[in-house]
Amino acid sequence: MAAKSSRLSRFNVASLTLGLAFLYLPILILVIYSFNASRLVTVWGGWSLRWYHEFFNDRAMIDAAWMSLRVGATSATVATVLGTLAAVALSRGEGFRGRMLFSGMLYAPLVMPEVITGLSLLLLFVALEAERGFWTVTIAHTTLTMCFVAVVVQSRLVSLDRSLEEAAMDLGCDPVRAFVMVTLPLIAPAVLAGWMLAFTLSLDDLVIASFTTGPGSATLPIRIYSEVRLGVKPEINAICTLVIGLIAVVIVIASLASKLSSDRGESAAPL
Amino acid sequence: MADDIATPEPAAEPTPSPEPRPDPQPPILRIENVVKTFGSFRAVDGVSLDIRAGEFFALLGPSGCGKTTLLRMLAGFETPDEGRILLSGEDIAQVLPHERPVNMMFQNYALFPHLNVRDNIAFGLRRAGMPRAEITTRVAEMVALVRLEGLEKRKPDQLSGGQKQRVALARSLARRPQVLLLDEPMAALDKKLRESTQFELMELQRRLGMTFIIVTHDQEEAMTVASRIGVMKAGKLEQVAVPRRLYEEPASRWVAQFVGDINLFEGEVTAREPHRLRVSTASAGELVAAQPVAPIDESKVAVAIRPEKIRLALRRPAGDAAAINCVEGIISDTSYLGGKTVYKIRLDGGAAIHAAQANTARLDADGYGLNQRVVAWFTPDDCVVLER
Amino acid sequence: MSARRIFSRPARFAAIAPYVWMVLFFLVPFAFVAKISLSQTAIAQPPYTPVFSLAGGWSSLSDAFAALSPDNFRLLLSDDLYLSSYLRSVVVALTSTAILLLIGYPIAYGMARLPRRWQGIAMMLVIIPFWTSFLIRIYAWVNILQHDGLLNQILLALHLVSTPVVWLSTDSAMYVGIVYSYLPFMILPLFATLTKLEPALEEAAADLGASPREIFWLVTFPLSLPGVGAGSLLCFIPIVGEFVIPDLLAGSKSLMIGQTLWLEFFTNKDWPVASSIAVVLLVVLLLPLLLYDRLQRRQLEESR
Repeated sequence: MAAKSSRLSRFNVASLTLGLAFLYLPILILVIYSFNASRLVTVWGGWSLRWYHEFFNDRAMIDAAWMSLRVGATSATVATVLGTLAAVALSRGEGFRGRMLFSGMLYAPLVMPEVITGLSLLLLFVALEAERGFWTVTIAHTTLTMCFVAVVVQSRLVSLDRSLEEAAMDLGCDPVRAFVMVTLPLIAPAVLAGWMLAFTLSLDDLVIASFTTGPGSATLPIRIYSEVRLGVKPEINAICTLVIGLIAVVIVIASLASKLSSDRGESAAPL
Repeated sequence: MADDIATPEPAAEPTPSPEPRPDPQPPILRIENVVKTFGSFRAVDGVSLDIRAGEFFALLGPSGCGKTTLLRMLAGFETPDEGRILLSGEDIAQVLPHERPVNMMFQNYALFPHLNVRDNIAFGLRRAGMPRAEITTRVAEMVALVRLEGLEKRKPDQLSGGQKQRVALARSLARRPQVLLLDEPMAALDKKLRESTQFELMELQRRLGMTFIIVTHDQEEAMTVASRIGVMKAGKLEQVAVPRRLYEEPASRWVAQFVGDINLFEGEVTAREPHRLRVSTASAGELVAAQPVAPIDESKVAVAIRPEKIRLALRRPAGDAAAINCVEGIISDTSYLGGKTVYKIRLDGGAAIHAAQANTARLDADGYGLNQRVVAWFTPDDCVVLER
Repeated sequence: MSARRIFSRPARFAAIAPYVWMVLFFLVPFAFVAKISLSQTAIAQPPYTPVFSLAGGWSSLSDAFAALSPDNFRLLLSDDLYLSSYLRSVVVALTSTAILLLIGYPIAYGMARLPRRWQGIAMMLVIIPFWTSFLIRIYAWVNILQHDGLLNQILLALHLVSTPVVWLSTDSAMYVGIVYSYLPFMILPLFATLTKLEPALEEAAADLGASPREIFWLVTFPLSLPGVGAGSLLCFIPIVGEFVIPDLLAGSKSLMIGQTLWLEFFTNKDWPVASSIAVVLLVVLLLPLLLYDRLQRRQLEESR
């Protein structure tokens, strides 16, 4: 007789294994091929760091990467502040005027096709006669990613025991201080996870950046995209591997933060 | 009875329990006609109550009776729709929680998980702007008070349930509040620990001379710790009395049945003699009860008798005792509870009553068997006549 | 006033900054999309007329209003290219959502049946690909699916095919890409609903004589429907407007609406037509968007 704790059937195990393999194999193959010495993508020519050299000597690519990192860091920071404020308002502010519209505006960008978001922001920037470049992309990314931050932080705030805030008030904190002294430290891991998510989303975005950026300030995805359209280049494999490595670091930090958070009673999943 | 629940019990009554003397000082906490509604639901429906300084007061009632809402209004988490709450003569009904000299111990303790024991206890002191040295002394004092020495550096999730409970107590006591509110403080503890904690809490309250108000649904707990109990039902105070009076002189059928077990015989008053009432009941014939202190006006009443005050025998007792309050029936069920045995007896009149017999001997000498015919009787003084 | 209200006053102040931001950068831009969808193309900067300008005073504003026309929408209706684009988008999105559900449900179900301590790890494993670049993950498939890519090499080596199969620039490649990219969005809401199910419910059903198959179809599946709805909407809506995946993996014979919009905007520089495409797309998505908003809101109320 099967042990009672193992509720996994053979079917469950198979679907899990196949599912995870499906999710990870393509990435793994890409990483391996980035170390391929051969110029032909499909022929294995032994291990080599050749394509990484190529990347670091590619001025335009490096510029694009630097642009992406700056946009990512700036927009993630602004989005984290705004998204956390929005999450507080949604989870702690009882019915205020326009609450329905507010939550609608925060949920819609999560699923809104990026071509629509990108186009509409571009038309706004054109109407405002704003010079397109770093700031327009940053604003566009902030608008998109603050909604993700709001969702992550809000799910943590909702699961937080309300009596903790009441206890803080009972012990002499006004509501704002109760938030700063008790709530904020407890949701900090979720806020951090929100920043990481915003950063990686910004680093990843092609469509919205294509609409909102100006000439001469391409982001990394825009450059990668224009290269990929011309066919597979081994250098792209190397760049992608570097981006994956960077994101892996971010994920490790975020999961450590979320582990820290789950040690404090509740789990804060990155999404 | 309905009207005088607001005022302190008159002290001159000939009751067997030691009533507290009337306090010449005004009460530390006065609740006046407080009403709180949530939507159309009247959670607290016109409660008035005085609580004296140094009292250990219990709000007792079934869940949903409004006791927790009342407590939360005292803490400031809810604001009354009507009425006043006077603390030392000052109306605090609209004062925000952090500006009240009142502290609360939360049901789930609400210990801050990111702070250790010491910082949890010091939290309120820091907010009050107490000098650092004084905080250190006070925290040490509190840690010693609740016997948590050596655990100051632990985080809440490294503590046992009982330890958490003591940290919560220390934290809420640290600011020396005028009144300490306790919301079901022992609900999360197991039975054995709960009992010892109850005694510690009483000891602590006596030592500190502080005013405690506890909310509980557990009548034994209320009777154990409290010097006075307010029983709530559907947003209203049914009765306020010392534990003994609550049990021996319940104000209504509902209180009589909520606090402990009781047998009720519905009937009509047939004769009013000096000190005695004769009541004709359908299920037990004519019963004689002592005239209560407050005169009975109604003719439809219930005669109430606690199970342990019923005596059982195989034959009718000789002499006067056989003449009144003597009923016969068959034992239909027995529950052996260790210290006592409870018999369910089906009376010849059709009603079923409970009678409890203390098991004073180790060997089963005086037990009764199933289907045995017994005689049950009780004295007029042990009966309570209830109008409501 | 209650404790929640005490807190809600400062919380409402917190809403001000994000509120203003979202109105300015999310809501107002739609007004511009709507307006430009009614304008005409022009070889100018910006490339459309009329241009609203406050400098010209009231008369120029009212002239500009008079010049607005629904011509673009007539064009969308009359030209087969646009209608077939919309149709293809909706068909692709529906098909992909169905495939995602078929693949995602067993995975989410398997995850929900893992022991507690493994569940967190499994969830991380599903989320991580979502964090790694979308574009890179599509590009990874280009690597695999191209003419002399890994898939064809394996198939040839195993003698399953004699000549390389054309994978890239086909609909199957596109479906692989879509399923691959959106799988986490389907799994996570399903997993969230399935883990919340009491194991006792399934045990009770078994106790009452239900077979494993009956337990699943009579108890587990009906109770997981909110997750099915959330996951499906979370995938369906963005897939309708998808651009990158069909652009890199599918052929150029028939376009999805996101590609058509991109083409009009970047290649033809026809901003008014691109805007009217966006307006119609928004109208098409309005119902699923409202449904999604209701689901989100209900979930928030429940978790309180």
